[in-house]
Amino acid sequence: MAPILEIRNLTVSFDTAAGPFKAVAGIDISVSPREVLAIVGESGSGKSVAMLAVMGLLPPTAVVTADVMRFDGQDMLPMSERERRRIIGREITMIFQEPMASLNPCYTVGFQIEEVLRGILGMSARDARKRAVELFEAVGIPEPAERLGSFPHQMSGGQCQRVMIAIAIACNPKLLIADEPTTALDVTIQKQILDLLMDLQEKHGMALIIITHDMGVVAETADRVVVQYQGKKMEEADVLTLFETPKNPYTRALLSALPEHATGGRLSTVTDFMAAHQGEDA
Amino acid sequence: MAADTSPEIVIEGRAITRDYVMRAGLFGTPRVVHAVNGVDFAVERGKTLAIVGESGCGKSTLARIITLIDPATNGTLLIEGQPVDIARQPMTKALRATVQIVFQNPYGSLNPRQKVGDVLMEPLQLNTDTPASERRERAMAMLQKVGLMPEHFNRYPHMFSGGQRQRIAIARALMLNPRLLVLDEPVSALDLSVQAQVLNLLSDLQEEFDLTYVFISHDLSVVRYLADDVMVMLKGEVVERGSRDVVFGDPQHEYTRKLFAATPVTDVEAIRARVARRAQLLQTQSGPAT
Ligand SMILES: Nc1ncnc2c1ncn2[C@@H]1O[C@H](COP(=O)(O)OP(=O)(O)OP(=O)(O)O)[C@@H](O)[C@H]1O
Ligand SMILES: Nc1ncnc2c1ncn2[C@@H]1O[C@H](COP(=O)(O)OP(=O)(O)OP(=O)(O)O)[C@@H](O)[C@H]1O
Ligand SMILES: [Mg+2]
Ligand SMILES: [Mg+2]
Repeated sequence: MAPILEIRNLTVSFDTAAGPFKAVAGIDISVSPREVLAIVGESGSGKSVAMLAVMGLLPPTAVVTADVMRFDGQDMLPMSERERRRIIGREITMIFQEPMASLNPCYTVGFQIEEVLRGILGMSARDARKRAVELFEAVGIPEPAERLGSFPHQMSGGQCQRVMIAIAIACNPKLLIADEPTTALDVTIQKQILDLLMDLQEKHGMALIIITHDMGVVAETADRVVVQYQGKKMEEADVLTLFETPKNPYTRALLSALPEHATGGRLSTVTDFMAAHQGEDA
Repeated sequence: MAADTSPEIVIEGRAITRDYVMRAGLFGTPRVVHAVNGVDFAVERGKTLAIVGESGCGKSTLARIITLIDPATNGTLLIEGQPVDIARQPMTKALRATVQIVFQNPYGSLNPRQKVGDVLMEPLQLNTDTPASERRERAMAMLQKVGLMPEHFNRYPHMFSGGQRQRIAIARALMLNPRLLVLDEPVSALDLSVQAQVLNLLSDLQEEFDLTYVFISHDLSVVRYLADDVMVMLKGEVVERGSRDVVFGDPQHEYTRKLFAATPVTDVEAIRARVARRAQLLQTQSGPAT
């Protein structure tokens, strides 16, 4: 099946006081309709920046290049800002890593989700309200109708995260990019959210890219996994292969750093592991 | 330190309550949310109390009360045996230095116009007489302790990844050598390698300075690794508490059991079963069309 999103040789560098800084050093990513791709990797390895580049949401100090950037058969590279905006926020939506920073503090959460429903799906105010309540319910926000009137600061961290998830799925996107979507959630609600995402994915054939550091989330959702380290792709495999026979030392390090694998008093860090396994094939 | 053998309680709360008044719309009738509802707790010096619980159950609200950011609506808070009520008496520098917090939302808690170096030096400047050169030195050392680089010193918060910002927030909280540190989901945004690094750092610091932690987390494997005592909250109330081994070994409350059962599994057989289920589903769904 043709991929819904195909990216080849994506690079992103930032202008900094100390000269250009390369945050993404030429990665390829592709995901098919109905597929769940997980991206895992060390902090600062360019996972969020790569996805923000696709969304066109990086600050002006970022320089983005790619050989191919294609969504649903359309070449995104030559697109004007306006053409891109027809896709972004409708056909591709994103759950951002920092929910509280991405909700507007000045508007109620109800206003923010209803704005999407009216603006993008053309719903009447009444239908939008009704649908907003349903969406809040689906993501497990208690007393959804009343909660529509809350401002972001009146909600807990996990509640804000769920508001953002509700906004991102409101218009049935073809591709949902979820950047650490469940970090603020306890496991019971995490499970509810992951089930919801998988359900949408299976029912509407939505493609899903999940960026996560939680190998449990990977184990329970992904079809395919990309492992990133220092701005580069280290390994790509289907989920079973990755857990069964991880090839790359960094992947093995990630799996052994799980706190449940802690032996004795200390957790082994990836650096420890990489040092101990130096010289092994990458 | 006192020579008596009874453990010293660093922080204690008695029947702590926090209500929020909510109004549905401009003319709606006000409604009271009991975010925290009669919570008792006590933490001994050098120990870690972990608070786990459902999203929205009042953990961050309690954290803000413990760190003297918000007043409780009702109840008594004692720090090192002294009752503290910020609604009545002003905060002192000494108290500020005693309790520190790492917020759940690292980006929101960092000033976007302040360089990271300044973020770290500011608490020293405001609360101590540390000379400028030493402030710089200590900030630089702390930056590296949390796994960041000297060249990050002059960068602004937006130039960092989520996990890097979280480490900046941890570094800032540690600058004043607090005796009590409240950590609200401090490692949830971190990848495993950095998570391990931060958790190791926290346990080193605890040992070195006899630090007391209140550690809020929904990650049970992390809690199991680091807690002495565990308190489980649901809808503003404590539903279970005890030593780590007791709570993990023999959970009593239904919610605690539910939490343990929902923990994702990473074992290969479970993944194999899921993959097979999914392959079948996608096949029946797409039919002969694809
Ligand atoms: N505006 C910016 N200016 C300069 N550097 C930046 C900027 N934004 C991000 N970076 C750098 O780019 C690198 C990649 O950041 P990114 O946010 O993609 O990391 P990540 O893989 O998502 O990490 P995490 O798991 O911690 O979220 C980091 O080293 C970060 O410091
Ligand atoms: N300023 C406020 N006004 C009204 N309600 C509030 C306010 N702050 C918090 N609440 C409500 O109080 C309850 C407890 O919130 P709190 O942030 O303490 O939860 P939490 O346990 O930290 O959740 P999470 O794990 O999602 O961060 C929630 O239902 C929240 O919506
Ligand atoms: Mg990120
Ligand atoms: Mg919270």
